Amino acid sequence: MSVSAMFVALQGALTADQDIREEIRKVVQALEQTAREMLTLLQGVHQGAGFQDIPKKCQKAREHFGTVRTQMESLKTKFPADQYYRFHEHWRFVLQRLVFLAAFVVYLETETLVTREAVAEILGIEADRERGFHLDIEDYLSGVLTLASELARLAVNSVTAGDYSRPLRISTFINELDSGFRLLNLKNDSLRKRYDGLKYDVKKIEEVVYDLSIRGLNKEATGGAGGEK
Amino acid sequence: MTSFKSFQLELDTRHDKYERLVKLSRDITIESKRTIFLLHRYISAPNGEEVLNESEVKLDAVRWKIKQVAQELIGEDMYQFHRAISPGLQEYIEAVSFQYFIKTRSLISVEEINKQLIFTAEDREETTNMTSNSQDKEPHTWSLKVTPVDYLLGVADLTGELMRLCISSVGNGDIDTPFELSQFLCQIYDGFTFIGNTGPYEVSKKLYTLKQSLAKVENACYTLKVRGSEIPKHMLADVFSTKTELIDQEEGLS
Repeated sequence: MSVSAMFVALQGALTADQDIREEIRKVVQALEQTAREMLTLLQGVHQGAGFQDIPKKCQKAREHFGTVRTQMESLKTKFPADQYYRFHEHWRFVLQRLVFLAAFVVYLETETLVTREAVAEILGIEADRERGFHLDIEDYLSGVLTLASELARLAVNSVTAGDYSRPLRISTFINELDSGFRLLNLKNDSLRKRYDGLKYDVKKIEEVVYDLSIRGLNKEATGGAGGEK
Repeated sequence: MTSFKSFQLELDTRHDKYERLVKLSRDITIESKRTIFLLHRYISAPNGEEVLNESEVKLDAVRWKIKQVAQELIGEDMYQFHRAISPGLQEYIEAVSFQYFIKTRSLISVEEINKQLIFTAEDREETTNMTSNSQDKEPHTWSLKVTPVDYLLGVADLTGELMRLCISSVGNGDIDTPFELSQFLCQIYDGFTFIGNTGPYEVSKKLYTLKQSLAKVENACYTLKVRGSEIPKHMLADVFSTKTELIDQEEGLS
């Protein structure tokens, strides 16, 4: 084969590659749009009035996940299934955002941490690699870390709104999360950087709990049971 | 809590694999570099065949390492760990294409490289999704596919080696090789300009160095042509060495 023929073939491969990336980018943009809408919707809980209708907001957010699932379906068709990590960077950010949103909705509903399998189900994707488009573990953990900072904020705002019991529950939850993350041996990468922020969230919530305790407000909330934390 | 235990396990496994691949990649790089140095000693010398044979042995050793890489990647998505092995693969491509050029005076193709990276296993039952090549009918094989980008970057590095080969062959009084090389480099350069900026960022970065190498070789050919007719053959090396120094200085200034 002549040199120029070889380069023509290579150029063809590169162009095909770029076309795939273009397609992926389009779908990812749509996904980002949906994610933004959901985020706006859920931000409502931070305002005083929003606390009353949390279930309704969750309900609405769940409807949005229907859109996400169809968008995910179309994303799956844009590239060969065994080249997930080749194009991973394109949807990494939005996937982490969606994990956070799913985890936030599940927390607001049940006050538990969503499992990786459950997130995958909500987003309409697979939990392990073998079965197709999957949720990478690092993306899942990143999303969970975003949840932690969101809850730190929620603790502050729920006090403002007069809900004194929620911060205590959030505190227990975050502490559990923190000890969970302590089990991991993280490499010096972006996940590790985000994990380093977790301790500030923990600190913030502990301060809120402390403020409530010295004013005796937590007793009122837990029905005079006494002990904090 | 229990779920985090399993996360720990999963992440650790992944990081360990990554580290092993980085180490293999380093070894591949070093061995490939040595092969290239060895090949530079081949300058139509009497022991030319010997050098080629020795390089073949060395490359086989490198391929054995790549086989280990392929084994690590069984059932994995190759692109997940691509960053770990990419430097090694590029260096290997450089070495292999250099040897191929010395032997045949032409550019090795991606298909040719990939064909050499199909390994047969004696004891493994598994085959990866990458092994589903049509040309091999044996079930116990797997292979490592070189990506077009890795190939391009490897070839770009090759041009640097060819430039060195050109200069040193003049030093040995060989006045045919430089012209062949000049033509060959010109073809490669044309190929790269054809790809231009459709390729990834790294490729365009190499393009600049490639241009420099090409200029050096072209200048060498020019000097040979101009001076060659005037100066007795046995003094060529001297004339040339002063001229190359001049070129080097000019480039240092610009």
